[in-house]
Amino acid sequence: MSQRRDDQASAQEHSRRDILRGAAALGGVALAPGVTLHLIGGEAAARPVEEAVSDAHRWGMLIDAGKCGDGCQACVTACSEENGWDLDARDPTDSQWIRKVELRDPKSGAERTLPMMCQHCASPPCVDVCPTGASFKRADGIVLVDKHTCIGCRYCVMACPYNARSFVHEPLTDQKAHAPRGKGTVESCTMCVHRVDAGRQPACVERCNDAAGGAMLFGDLNDPTSEISRRIAKYATARVRADLGLDTGVYYRNI
Amino acid sequence: MVNQIARFVFLAGSMLLGVLVFQPAPGVGAVAAEASGVPVPSPTKGRGDKCVAETSYIRRYHMNLLSHQRDDTVHDGIRTKQFSLKECVDCHAVKGADSKPVAYDDPSHFCRSCHDYAAVAIDCFECHDSKPQKSAATGEAFRGALLALEGYLKARKP
Repeated sequence: MSQRRDDQASAQEHSRRDILRGAAALGGVALAPGVTLHLIGGEAAARPVEEAVSDAHRWGMLIDAGKCGDGCQACVTACSEENGWDLDARDPTDSQWIRKVELRDPKSGAERTLPMMCQHCASPPCVDVCPTGASFKRADGIVLVDKHTCIGCRYCVMACPYNARSFVHEPLTDQKAHAPRGKGTVESCTMCVHRVDAGRQPACVERCNDAAGGAMLFGDLNDPTSEISRRIAKYATARVRADLGLDTGVYYRNI
Repeated sequence: MVNQIARFVFLAGSMLLGVLVFQPAPGVGAVAAEASGVPVPSPTKGRGDKCVAETSYIRRYHMNLLSHQRDDTVHDGIRTKQFSLKECVDCHAVKGADSKPVAYDDPSHFCRSCHDYAAVAIDCFECHDSKPQKSAATGEAFRGALLALEGYLKARKP
């Protein structure tokens, strides 16, 4: 009896895989040689707009510092263009959602460069310290600021070990419709939540893959079959300040 | 019974008063309003036939609808369009002298026409853009598609 149930389960699993494989094949329609129209997003298939986000997914990133170009600012530029924060004529207090960090081992002289932004922790210190509940973690692991409730106290800015959050000091105009920003509130990388909800990839990842070294990978950490999970299982990866036990959603390779 | 009659008389009276005060004679709307000292708001009509719900309901409850929607969107990622601020801004765009949609700092902005009258400050546009962005992009894309179609049809003609 038990054997039969196992066989049934195995058969079901096989058929499920076949369906998935079929869906993956349907996902890309070849329009012409070399031109493919992707109808169904592979990693981040769009959720219906009326459906609330769930913890079925946990979005994360894997960044390969070995492929990250020295002096390349593609991800930073893409983020600034997508979310409308000012890149030029920077003041030290201006917002900075993502930045390039250079690492150098003083002994060997080995150098690395990598993008640093909100690490979307599973246990985010910014959420712990927020007195109004404005700083919160979405069900799918994306850490955000609800600017409607943010009072601009900046406790979260102090609490973040990654220096990922910025405070808006000046009145702003002409913000992007999908990324409202305003004076007196704290902001940080949103993992392009508006894009993720539409089944797309964050702007930095897209730009890095299209126009730079292809060092960034976005995907679902909860799904063991996703590209990101498979790579994390296969290769040695590291998380910045893993000693803090924050279970960050951003993984790095070759640092 | 006496109470009911009194209420009826009061209601009828206030309705009549409402008609007298708030219904300016056709053609002399602004003038009549000015003469009576009450600058009656005259918001520009939005795109399309009707609003996303009954106009009277929207007038009374739009703030609650927007507030509810904002929590749904920010916390749960629900991005339905019916009560989205982005859609309001898009549909109710008022064109300025340069035939481009005006921002909230212009007194003719749709939201301001009533909010100035009611002396209620709006905080939405400290963070949100008060000008439509979607329609411009969609319009461009639509025009592009039309041009492509036109080109295709022309090329096909014998």
